Amino acid sequence: MSVKQISVFVENKKGGLYEVTSVLNNAGIDIRALSIADTTDYGILRLIVSDHEKAFEVLKAEGIIASVTDVLGIEVPDVPGGFSQAIKVLSDADIAVEYAYAFITRHEGAACVIIRVEDNAKAANLLGKAGISLIEADKAFAK
Amino acid sequence: MAKYYQPDIETASLEEMRAIQNEKLVKQVKRVYENVEYYRKLMDEKGVTPDDIKSVDDLHKLPFLTKADLRDAYPYGLLGTDLKNCVRIHSTSGTTGKRVVAFYTQADIDLWDDCCARAIVAAGGSNEDVCQVAYGYGLFTGGFGLNGGSQKVGCLTLPMSSGNTERQIQFMQDLRSTILCCTPSYAAYIGETLKEMGLTPDDINLKAGIFGAEPWTEEMRRDIEKSLGIKAYDIYGLTESTGPGVAFECEEQTGMHINEDHFLAEIIDPDTGEVLPEGSKGELVFTSLDKEGFPLLRYRTRDICVLSRKKCSCGRTLIKMAKPMGRSDDMLIIRGVNVFPSQIETVLLQEGYSPNYLIEVDRANNVDTLDISVELSPEQFSDTVKELSAKEKALANAIKTMLGINPRVHLVAPKTITRSEGKAVRVIDKRKLHD
Repeated sequence: MSVKQISVFVENKKGGLYEVTSVLNNAGIDIRALSIADTTDYGILRLIVSDHEKAFEVLKAEGIIASVTDVLGIEVPDVPGGFSQAIKVLSDADIAVEYAYAFITRHEGAACVIIRVEDNAKAANLLGKAGISLIEADKAFAK
Repeated sequence: MAKYYQPDIETASLEEMRAIQNEKLVKQVKRVYENVEYYRKLMDEKGVTPDDIKSVDDLHKLPFLTKADLRDAYPYGLLGTDLKNCVRIHSTSGTTGKRVVAFYTQADIDLWDDCCARAIVAAGGSNEDVCQVAYGYGLFTGGFGLNGGSQKVGCLTLPMSSGNTERQIQFMQDLRSTILCCTPSYAAYIGETLKEMGLTPDDINLKAGIFGAEPWTEEMRRDIEKSLGIKAYDIYGLTESTGPGVAFECEEQTGMHINEDHFLAEIIDPDTGEVLPEGSKGELVFTSLDKEGFPLLRYRTRDICVLSRKKCSCGRTLIKMAKPMGRSDDMLIIRGVNVFPSQIETVLLQEGYSPNYLIEVDRANNVDTLDISVELSPEQFSDTVKELSAKEKALANAIKTMLGINPRVHLVAPKTITRSEGKAVRVIDKRKLHD
């Protein structure tokens, strides 16, 4: 039901982001989607990658702070109001969205939105009932 | 208007001063040896008896006391008289683990008030003045010390304590305050607020300020003098000796006269403990000649400075100390508060952080800033900004509880704070307080 996201602590300094991406690159890991939350001192890099277990291991081995976070991937029709409809379901149920980021998939006419909520199971259940399709695990992001 | 508060002491010849000091020292050493077991043991270990101390020339035979001794002896170990003879305590702003608590008899408070009165008169104060005391009142010695001195001089005393700056200025205007006593950074802040309120020095009646309890520069002095339209005088003191008034500045503004009839000063080599000749740079050591409640002999202040008996144009003969040029330990004075890096380390460990940290102290608009960078551990990481900022805030609050001042906390990646070979660089002080 959920998608594994790699979350990485990146200091706001020159080369900070490259340090992370080069480690992933050297391990042959493909980045499928990403977003960065930034503050004045640091950023949190959130990645959907081809192999999250390996990504976590190589980052950890380099002493980079990372964690694996369960997030929901929802498929929304690539038309006006597509995302809004999904968010309405969560809003009506008082489920707060911590953060969200979107990307276009290889599937024609659909966009994918990653959302982070407190209770994945509850949100997934509600979205499912509303007829919104969830992306299953990493395979949805395969080439 | 009198030029001196106690002219016979303040302008005594060196011979007269030595005679006073010799007599007091002999008595004080006897009293301490009898009453203070902690110090008696130190003397016994060194093989010194009170009979060995016949004059100031024998002072070097006595053992030193350090901050560590004060902590070991906390709270009553260095008490010099029965508690029933004591009427008040004051305390330092907090050190690792235990605070330093100093006891005062009524006689101790009277001599302290006299010392502060000398400072106020040296700044041009008399019973025609209105003295606004904007140092904090409480365990901190600043407020009570200057308050006592001001009343001795006969000034109308405004016990404002610190804070509520607009009200300070309101009183300054309504009651026509002529002398302001506070920390230099607060004086600078009052000056800025005055300007923000659309007022100029002509709208207030201040003529002098007595500022101490934290390091400040000549540049800051000129800024304050200009913004408030006053002459700014430095004052020095430490709770261990009594509080502000151990030394004070005169109109020459070239160092502070030490009230050496009460506090005997020496300069030592901080590494060897050897006494250095006048004019040498070294660590300042004080011996309380009269204190009853907390009579510290040869207390190492850790302040690095120079003493001089050069003739002063004010006519005072009291020995002068230069503005302290640094410390022989790692203590920082931030917004008037004594801060040891080890205190911050203690909080970090308590809060589950690694002991890898960097303290950066700077001064912006005459106010000290404290920035602390801390390495984040994988266990503390979260993928949401909300949780990480909550962690930063919680740590800042814990540090504030310990130190009493607000830091800015920065979480950084592991192993980004330089691991040093040898001595760890934990503190960067960018304030340039010393030339």
